[in-house]
Amino acid sequence: MDTIAKPQYDNGVVKYLTVGAIAFLVLGTFMGTFAAAQLAWPALNFDIAEITFARLRVMHTNTVIFAFGGMTLMATAFYTVQRTNGVKLWSNSMAWWTAILFTIGLLLTVVSISLGMTTGKEYHEQEWPIAIAIALVWTLYTFNFIMTIASRNKETHSHVYVSNWFFMGMMIAITYLYVVNGLAIPVSLFRSYSLFSGVQDAMIQWWWGHNAVGFFLTAGFLAIMYYFVPKQAQRPIYSYRLSVIHFWALMFGYVWLGAHHLQYTALPDWTGSLGAVISLAMIIPSWGGALNGMLTLSGAWDRLRTDYILRFLIIALAFYAMSTFEGPVMAAKTVNALSHYTDWTVGHVHSGALGWVAMVSIGALYHMVMKLWNTEMYSMQLINFHFWLATIGTVFYIVAMWVSGIMQGLMWRAYDEYGTLAYTFAESVAAMHPYYAMRAFGGLLFFSGAVVMLYNVVMTIRMANAKASKPVEATA
Amino acid sequence: MSNHDDKPKNLQDGLERNIFGLFLATALAVSIAGIVEIVPLFYLKSAVDYTEQTDKYGNAKNEKFPELVWERTFKEEDGKIVSDKTLYTIDKNGNEKLVDWKAGDGVRPYTPLELAGRDLYLREGCYICHSQMIRPFRDERERYGHYSLATESMYDHPMQWGSKRTGPDLARLGGKYSDEWHVMHLIRPQDLVPESVMPAYPWLSDNMVSQDFFGTKRDMKKRLEVMRTLGVPYTDEEIENADKAIEGKTEMDAMVAYLQVLGTMVKLDDSKVYRE
Repeated sequence: MDTIAKPQYDNGVVKYLTVGAIAFLVLGTFMGTFAAAQLAWPALNFDIAEITFARLRVMHTNTVIFAFGGMTLMATAFYTVQRTNGVKLWSNSMAWWTAILFTIGLLLTVVSISLGMTTGKEYHEQEWPIAIAIALVWTLYTFNFIMTIASRNKETHSHVYVSNWFFMGMMIAITYLYVVNGLAIPVSLFRSYSLFSGVQDAMIQWWWGHNAVGFFLTAGFLAIMYYFVPKQAQRPIYSYRLSVIHFWALMFGYVWLGAHHLQYTALPDWTGSLGAVISLAMIIPSWGGALNGMLTLSGAWDRLRTDYILRFLIIALAFYAMSTFEGPVMAAKTVNALSHYTDWTVGHVHSGALGWVAMVSIGALYHMVMKLWNTEMYSMQLINFHFWLATIGTVFYIVAMWVSGIMQGLMWRAYDEYGTLAYTFAESVAAMHPYYAMRAFGGLLFFSGAVVMLYNVVMTIRMANAKASKPVEATA
Repeated sequence: MSNHDDKPKNLQDGLERNIFGLFLATALAVSIAGIVEIVPLFYLKSAVDYTEQTDKYGNAKNEKFPELVWERTFKEEDGKIVSDKTLYTIDKNGNEKLVDWKAGDGVRPYTPLELAGRDLYLREGCYICHSQMIRPFRDERERYGHYSLATESMYDHPMQWGSKRTGPDLARLGGKYSDEWHVMHLIRPQDLVPESVMPAYPWLSDNMVSQDFFGTKRDMKKRLEVMRTLGVPYTDEEIENADKAIEGKTEMDAMVAYLQVLGTMVKLDDSKVYRE
């Protein structure tokens, strides 16, 4: 048993967060699929206030981004910080408090949104009591993470590994953005009015909104990539230099991009243009990072044939490269004039969220399940099955949204031969129906994959526990 | 990773050895964009069409484009904040009634019923599918009206510009349809627009707007007071009467009041260039 030579890590809290993340993935993708079906068949709203499309859509975004994404980030950060620094967590009990309170906070978020409590700020809907609690929990998470790194043995671990930089950058930026955007005065326990209004509020809102993507869903998951891709491929990261450039360019550059959500609005033109220019420049570090991950496989590409977990990690990088190319294109003013307000944006978000964030998370979660329970998976074939469900589901989703988005944009601006608008808005809605149905089908495939994963992981854990309880003495 | 040299070779090397140094450098790197992009919006007059706040009560005016804002003067009299013009009063039937402002006089604070309706607009998540921000393109102008100006949402805490048009833009919805149309449409959208994918909101007609979550009271007085703290100008009397203004009203009344005021506050001059 080679595990005995290694230091003992705090694994309990990571196990909890890993299983929690998978459960939230199932729940969040179910909500998303159902909301998608409501747009195709509005009767599915059933006249029940708590699940009308707009509320369900916000419950979906909060569950997948903050509950699934957040728990994945916590699980992987607590897992990797111990292994890259060769120490236990600075405080295991603080980590447990973080994990439990975060779960409760997110469940309360989902319930309160369902009841109609919202700030009305996109991607920051939690009302003030929950928002304050979540900000405090997030601070505990950050503090524990940094103190764990600070407590490393500087003789054996002189330098902080790159995955830790990305995790920390994500934690700092998210705290800062979330707190500023959330500033508000309460008018009751369930409602508050934002400190900001109009154009300033719009800029602050998207400064947060785009960086929930840029930091929460990009920097954090790049940290996952920088640890798990080399681990799963059993090779060192392709280029150290590239990772340094990737890191600083991302930290400095990403924060500027929010303004590209407000092109041609009442936001001053210079701000939107600045956002668009820097968006374009971000292609370089983003592709550098994607290549850095992919080229780590140089000389070991054959492993993709047999290693299904590696497949998730590598296809995630392919989607990352694709959506970081698509994003700057959509930020360009001429394209944005067409794409803004359409389904194309929704498709773009999902090529990032399903293709990149979820895929890299799924790869890392499978990897951790095997290491944490010190076992093989219950079924490798089911992982392969999950891989194809997820990939095909994602492709269905984004293709449907590309077509519907571009079609919407073109229909809205089309003129007939007499110089009048060619289509009413209602006609454009009717034209979307087949694509909305196709998108719901793609979502259903992706959700089914998540269910397969949950089943496989539960069976793996049961198998590992049964094995562990049989022999006389086994390492837990 | 196990470099035993004691002296850092360069700044990067030094930061990689010192987590607190890396923390500070990262915090600095992520702060710059916010300072450059956001801070100027608070003092550049051009960012809000040259509309300025003129007193501590939140009163605003616009010298370059006087039609944009409804101007009135506030002062303190016997410890009470009063104004030369009145936004609304309560008539003998108990309904709120606009006094010195009429449609097109310029951007003004919402009446209590409109503000309550706006809260419901947020509660139902209307902004998820409807924008309130018309862009300066020919097709948007013909479909929705004059492009939106920053001044028009200066009293909106938070703004509702939106990011997606699953349904049409609502920035200038007010006055396009009758109140009855809105009521029928909210109860069953497909009765009026068969292609619509909008959910139905029948409960708006059943609920009284004075009731908030879990049977608590919707405290409009408090809400207007907080709005004033945030720079939305109301007189003491307008705040005092806020609860009376929503008494006996349904959520539907409030929602329709809000939808009908959207875009009707300013009468924009087509011959003027408000924004470059």
